[in-house]
Amino acid sequence: MEYLWVFLIGGAICMLGQILIITTKITSARILVLFVLIGVILQAFNIFDPISQFAQAGINVPIVGFGASLAKGAMSGVESRGLLGTLTGGLEATSAGIAAAVGFAFLFSLIFSSKTK
Amino acid sequence: MKNEKLNQAYKAYVEARIPKTKPWPSLFNSFWVGGLICLLGQGINDLLLYVFPNMSQQSAWAWTLVALIFLASFLTAIGVYDKIGKFAGGGSIVPITGFSNSITSPAIEYKHEGIIYGTCVKMFTIAGPVIVTGIVSSVFVGIIYYIVGLI
Repeated sequence: MEYLWVFLIGGAICMLGQILIITTKITSARILVLFVLIGVILQAFNIFDPISQFAQAGINVPIVGFGASLAKGAMSGVESRGLLGTLTGGLEATSAGIAAAVGFAFLFSLIFSSKTK
Repeated sequence: MKNEKLNQAYKAYVEARIPKTKPWPSLFNSFWVGGLICLLGQGINDLLLYVFPNMSQQSAWAWTLVALIFLASFLTAIGVYDKIGKFAGGGSIVPITGFSNSITSPAIEYKHEGIIYGTCVKMFTIAGPVIVTGIVSSVFVGIIYYIVGLI
């Protein structure tokens, strides 16, 4: 049952992106930026956690979750370090994801060559 | 007058050449592929917690994201993710795997321009704006939170 909600909510968020692509011909960079901002806003108003408890990976795997953990990191950073936490918290919370994405991309770019063309 | 006609002919030509994505199938495909990627994430997370009961929820989640990012990066490198992307559209862009794809894809594509100006610069063409807006807005949220806390 829990897995059904993960599937349905995750699918719905992705479909929302596809609806935007079809109706506005928006580029993928803009989609990602938009969804990250949505995540930041949801977390800023403390709406993200209640949804996350219910939807779990359904909202955390979409890039919305990346935005939310940035904002969540900044907020908990403020609690532990004060004003400095606004600068350190966000990246601290998302460092694993960013480092992994950049690291694997670099590694694979050394090993593989472009397949298209 | 002649130019106008040419323009119109060209427009018609472009319209005909733009790959048509049929709206309904693409919505359906983005839904189930996106849902499946989220489901995969949940599965990895639950498996990790099952195999390592002492692992904190937070670490399990971080490992899950790293695993998804690795998988997407690898599938991009071997040219499979692009095919999924053509089929699923938003279903492959919106999940964190799309973020990973957006970094790996140009990194490999522009490899021939050199490691610094090709790989390292171009890998952030899409991820750059995402990270910048994410950081700026989260710092903003943090400052507001700090001010609210002072009051």
